[in-house]
Amino acid sequence: MWAMVVKEFRQVRRDRRTLAMMILMPVVLLVVFGYAASFDVSHVDVAVMGPAAESMSTQVPDRLVVDRIDPAGGRDEAVDLLRRGKVVAVVVTGGDSPTILVDGSELFAARAVVQAATLLQREMPGLTIEVLFNPTLDTSTVLVPGLGGLILLFVGTVITSLGVVRERQAGTLEQLAVMPLRPRDVFVGKVAPYFGVAAVDLIIVLLIGTLLFDVPFNGSVFTLALGSVLFLFVTLGVGVVISSVSENQGQAIQLALMTLLPQVLLSGLIFPLSSMGPGVRWIGYLLPLTYFNQVARGVMVRGAPFDSLLVPLGLLAVLGALAFTLSVARFRGFLGAGEAHRGGGA
Amino acid sequence: MDRWGLESVTVRIGGTTALDGVSIAVGVGEVGVVVGGDGAGKTTAARAIAGLVIPSAGSVRRPEGKRVGYQSSGSGVWPDLTVSENLSFVGAAFRIGSADLARRTDQLLAATELGSARDRLGANLSGGMRRKLGVAMALLARPLLLILDEPTTGVDPVSRFELWRLVSQTAADGTAVVMTTTYLDEAERATTILALDAGRTLVVGTPEQVKASLPGRVYSFDHDVHATHQWRRGASWRVWSAGDPPPGGRPVASDLSDVLIAAAMAVDDEEAQ
Repeated sequence: MWAMVVKEFRQVRRDRRTLAMMILMPVVLLVVFGYAASFDVSHVDVAVMGPAAESMSTQVPDRLVVDRIDPAGGRDEAVDLLRRGKVVAVVVTGGDSPTILVDGSELFAARAVVQAATLLQREMPGLTIEVLFNPTLDTSTVLVPGLGGLILLFVGTVITSLGVVRERQAGTLEQLAVMPLRPRDVFVGKVAPYFGVAAVDLIIVLLIGTLLFDVPFNGSVFTLALGSVLFLFVTLGVGVVISSVSENQGQAIQLALMTLLPQVLLSGLIFPLSSMGPGVRWIGYLLPLTYFNQVARGVMVRGAPFDSLLVPLGLLAVLGALAFTLSVARFRGFLGAGEAHRGGGA
Repeated sequence: MDRWGLESVTVRIGGTTALDGVSIAVGVGEVGVVVGGDGAGKTTAARAIAGLVIPSAGSVRRPEGKRVGYQSSGSGVWPDLTVSENLSFVGAAFRIGSADLARRTDQLLAATELGSARDRLGANLSGGMRRKLGVAMALLARPLLLILDEPTTGVDPVSRFELWRLVSQTAADGTAVVMTTTYLDEAERATTILALDAGRTLVVGTPEQVKASLPGRVYSFDHDVHATHQWRRGASWRVWSAGDPPPGGRPVASDLSDVLIAAAMAVDDEEAQ
């Protein structure tokens, strides 16, 4: 038995990446969880519209931070503002009594608004509360679009991360290096099948979500498709980069999971970004799932117009370009030696 | 006539010198064989010629563009593709037309006797069959330079003979061939032999030049004489002496095996001095 224990210790000591993960991950997870794991929304941005907007803005509870006041705006403008995700709630004045419109796609913020507005109704009995896009504040309505992203992330990063490692372990990477293939040909060839599989996965998840869980699809299929393609590009690129820096399939899986976990916790999929401590919130803004979640939730639940999602779409494109460039650079590293010598002296 | 290969090439991997000023040149119709024991630098030499490692000194000469066929020491076969699919992928990568690819595939499968295994996965082939497929893949695009890294290791004697016939025919058809091997009988068939030991050149030249390069002579004994430079050969003992003949020894006509063992001893002596 002792011999076995010694052998295992020697093997673990030499697998430094696993050792680092075993020691560092619990610490990182605890810190991240500590700062990120919060469903409490302390402040919610709201707008006040209509003829009595100015006076109403002084009466809203402290928890609701008035972000904009528009005396000329009405219900249509308020709904548009919510659809675009500019604020979580809009108090519309005018008529007999004010109405507070709430964006139900921001689940925890919406619940906070409803709670605050219910208290306000004691002082302002005429105030009506109307939750849009997700009237029953259903959790699955908000989660399913993001879960589609999580599945894309799994297929894109975890499965793809095995691709290059498999070539290396089979000794076929060298064959690719002496073939007349450009680094970008190898990248595109590597990711194309996973791209197809992930696209089919996404369609299945969204169909199940809409048919089984009654998740609405209020927006443009084109916008969601574009967001999905850009997001897939990032996840596949990250998968290829992980694969290219891993010596074996175990290492690749470890690294892929290390990129997966922060995205689940910090992308706003489960915990609202606004509830997170500033020390970890910025990490969320570096993660592609954050932006896919914004696009998918915006399109499906709110029916957000294309131009209101330009920022997350643009950031996905930037992250995609970065992942593609890194992947191709890594392939150039593998295949480059062959290129350098092709055709003559060294 | 173009001659491909290495010219005074040094390759360092990490802190180790894997090749130290090694040269070999192979022309059209010739077969160059790199021989040596484990860790001698055979694979590094093959990889350097293929352009897979960048030498820290010296130069590599290879044909322009895609006219190089390479089989890695691991066979280079994709285990989750069938025999036909492996060849078809290589054909597509080298942009071989479909009619030519079909013709060439049939020809190579017949030459390697893999015709009946067309639809078998690479992972399900025997070690020898996998190596033969690797050679067929390297030959598919009719390369000007063919580099084979231990293509006959683990291959049965009959298949080895067939592989050599294929390699000889390929050379005769106008290809320069460089292959590595641990089998010295294969080196006897080469046009040029490069013998390596711990990354250094023991000897390089034609088989005749290699045999003639040995200083001194090799003697045979039927018992252990506890000489400094002795080794077992079958039931007898061989002793190499650069100077006076050892008493009682019977001089023998050295073959390649004797010469290379003695050459390694000579290099060790030089280093010790």
